[in-house]
Amino acid sequence: MSSRLITRAVQTLVVCIAMITMLGANDTSTRYERVGHNMMCACSCGQILLECNHVGCPDSARMIDELRTQVATGANDASVMNWFVAKYGAIILASPVRGGFDNVAWITPIALFLLAIIGTAVLVRVWRARSLRTATPAPSIQIPGLNRTQADTLRDRIRRETEY
Amino acid sequence: MQLHPMPLFGSFSLLLALTLCAYTLLAGALALWRSPAHAELSPSSRLGETARRAGLMSFAAMCCAAFALVWASLTNDYSVAYILHHTNRALPTAYKFSALWSGQEGSLVLWAWLLAAYGFVLRIRHRVDVRLYAFASTILSGVQVFFLLLLNFAAPPFAIQPGPLNPDGFGLNPLLQYPEMVIHPPMLYLGYVGFTVPFAFALGALMMRYPGEKWIHITRRWTMVTWLFLTCGIFLGAHWAYSVLGWGGYWGWDPVENASLMPWLTGTAFLHSVMMQEKRGMMKSWNVWLIFATFMLTILGTLLTRSGLVSSVHAFAQSSIGDWFYGFILIVFAVCLFTFFKQRDHLKTENHFESVVSREASFLFNNMILLVACFTVLWGTLFPVLSEYVQGFKETVSAPYYNRINIPIGLFLLFLTGVGPLLAWRSTSLRSIRRNFILPGLAVAITAIVLMLAGVRPWQDGDDMHATIFSLVAFSLAAGVVTAITSEFLRGAAVVRTQSGKNLFAATFQLVRRNTRRYGGYVVHFGIVVLFIGIAGGAFNQSHEQEMGFGDSMLMGPYKLVCQSFTQDSNPNYDTEYALLDVYKNGTKITQMAPEKRFYTASQQPSTIVANRSTLQSDLYVIYEGKNPESGRPIIKVFLNPLIAWIWIGVGIVIAGTLLGLAPNLTRAAFRANATAPTESHTTSNTPILTTAKAHHV
Repeated sequence: MSSRLITRAVQTLVVCIAMITMLGANDTSTRYERVGHNMMCACSCGQILLECNHVGCPDSARMIDELRTQVATGANDASVMNWFVAKYGAIILASPVRGGFDNVAWITPIALFLLAIIGTAVLVRVWRARSLRTATPAPSIQIPGLNRTQADTLRDRIRRETEY
Repeated sequence: MQLHPMPLFGSFSLLLALTLCAYTLLAGALALWRSPAHAELSPSSRLGETARRAGLMSFAAMCCAAFALVWASLTNDYSVAYILHHTNRALPTAYKFSALWSGQEGSLVLWAWLLAAYGFVLRIRHRVDVRLYAFASTILSGVQVFFLLLLNFAAPPFAIQPGPLNPDGFGLNPLLQYPEMVIHPPMLYLGYVGFTVPFAFALGALMMRYPGEKWIHITRRWTMVTWLFLTCGIFLGAHWAYSVLGWGGYWGWDPVENASLMPWLTGTAFLHSVMMQEKRGMMKSWNVWLIFATFMLTILGTLLTRSGLVSSVHAFAQSSIGDWFYGFILIVFAVCLFTFFKQRDHLKTENHFESVVSREASFLFNNMILLVACFTVLWGTLFPVLSEYVQGFKETVSAPYYNRINIPIGLFLLFLTGVGPLLAWRSTSLRSIRRNFILPGLAVAITAIVLMLAGVRPWQDGDDMHATIFSLVAFSLAAGVVTAITSEFLRGAAVVRTQSGKNLFAATFQLVRRNTRRYGGYVVHFGIVVLFIGIAGGAFNQSHEQEMGFGDSMLMGPYKLVCQSFTQDSNPNYDTEYALLDVYKNGTKITQMAPEKRFYTASQQPSTIVANRSTLQSDLYVIYEGKNPESGRPIIKVFLNPLIAWIWIGVGIVIAGTLLGLAPNLTRAAFRANATAPTESHTTSNTPILTTAKAHHV
């Protein structure tokens, strides 16, 4: 019964997460902000388009106008980006998002992150199993006046109070 | 031929420093090689002693060289090319002083001088352990020799400007003319250079097969101080970027910023994992490689930004010395690898993991995640180079990439910050987990619910929901970690209170004094939580840009800005344009702000001076973007950045916690004197057993 409940709860959670992920408003001003923060200024200043603050920058004002125009046409984010890439080159994208070799940039750290978590858990278990196989039983230290449970409690306290 | 006495003096000092360091390296190595492997190196060993004294004198020579460069800057000696290119007569004195580190050659002088200063302290303290210190001194001198070779042959700071003497200099980069720039680079360099010391001790201890973990005790303070300097340096840089660059943010994931973050991440991992070696004799190889990697990352960061391999808006000092750094890194790596393989049997672990749910395992997870974060930063920094190799052009890897990858990693680290201290060494029982985790778990759940009720609802934010989700998770985890830390303090204080009869405040104070390292660490964790709260506020930033004439107003959150005037001014160093804006909140004028744009005469470069009104709730951040050439009216950009002040407060708490961790513990005798209850009753009461525990080794 309880396992069915847990399964149902997990299913509900997955559905909720999926719903949250799928939901999406499409406000023009937020799209302008979002797309503009995913592009670089073409003047080689190395700054995000909407954050470029050069006095007399030859490119940012024109690019921002173009961005406003493109967003107003109702084209989706990818189309707007493609329009800019066609005009200025892939260098204006703030992150590698064009697929192909660009995917390597994203997959590598994520794979490493997962590998680190899973690998550490596996490693600790393997080391633990090895130490259990090779360990010799520690001699039981009798503390006068205490039974086994009390002695364990005392050890636990000592460990807690002396750790850092 | 005209004589230039001060540049000559400086050049001679650099050459002398190189000679002395080379002698320290060669004579030190020879003395160590001739002495028996396991014998004490006699303090009176003549060759070893001359090497040590030469090392001490190299500091004096470097002081002379640094003094000569500062003197040349202060006296406007434009015969020196470096001074000509980085200062001018109208430059305020403080910035003439900071010109020392505003360019390639000067920053290398600062690096070499700091290295000599660290070496001086190390060599003075040699009696702590003569042989280990001799090894560390010799390795350190090897690093010194590299930097002095650079200064003497590749990037000489006292090179004479050819042609007739210029009447004035070309000026300092305007971005560097800001008070924080006087202290930010030295702090950062103290951090970078400082990691050479634990590296030298680790490599030395491995070379001499140093018994036990004493070298870790010896280097603990060095490592913590170095980490503290690097932390201060990084966040001073972030604060400078926020105040000066004028784009509304504090961290842009620029290669120079990344270069400082990478050794900080591995250094943080080392500070945690080294505890496993001290406590349980585990992870010896891991720790050695962590500190090797940290040192190499400080050099790699310098290589990345100086060689032109990656471009950076912050790289104020680029040149062609990259090849030297490639060579040096290869040599360092080869020496580390060779020593490790030769002595690896010395690094055998004394204990093994007993449980996945233990303090050791949490440290290992923490280490792995810190290293993944470090790799991600390195990968993003180098990906443009890789993509150029594969695709023929450089991809741009900027803030959106790093934010998307590193925020989940950061949140996982925040989670571990809360979990780690609640787990016991060796193994944690289920009962203990239930007892320790119930309150933090409740805090996480309650905070998440309250925030959602208060309006932090990711599902309503459409395509921008990711930022809100991350903020929600960050705030909730922060509440959990704070609860966990607080409960640790209260649990310990309750024990001390029972034993001593003191009130809770006094008991907490005594508890902290008794184990400054442990509780200093908790304070650092608390600071990190506050810092995360500040970072999470970034999801709710707002901005607006508007042309503002006299009397025009702009609304931003609860504030209304009214333009009172805009005008211009000038002084010998720069011309400035600025606007005066009255700020109203709820109809009441609360302040006047004056964002400005400067144009520096000597360098012919502009600079932004941001006007910022910071409160705990949010920063009202105002930028003067320039004048509309058609209307002649200023364009003002305003940001409302929530919780930014929490970042700087968090850093302050991290610094306080680190200083607390560096403070000595209350001595056992003093603790006994402070205690009022008898310690013999430990088996039947709640009396702490700290004083007897270590003696019993239970």
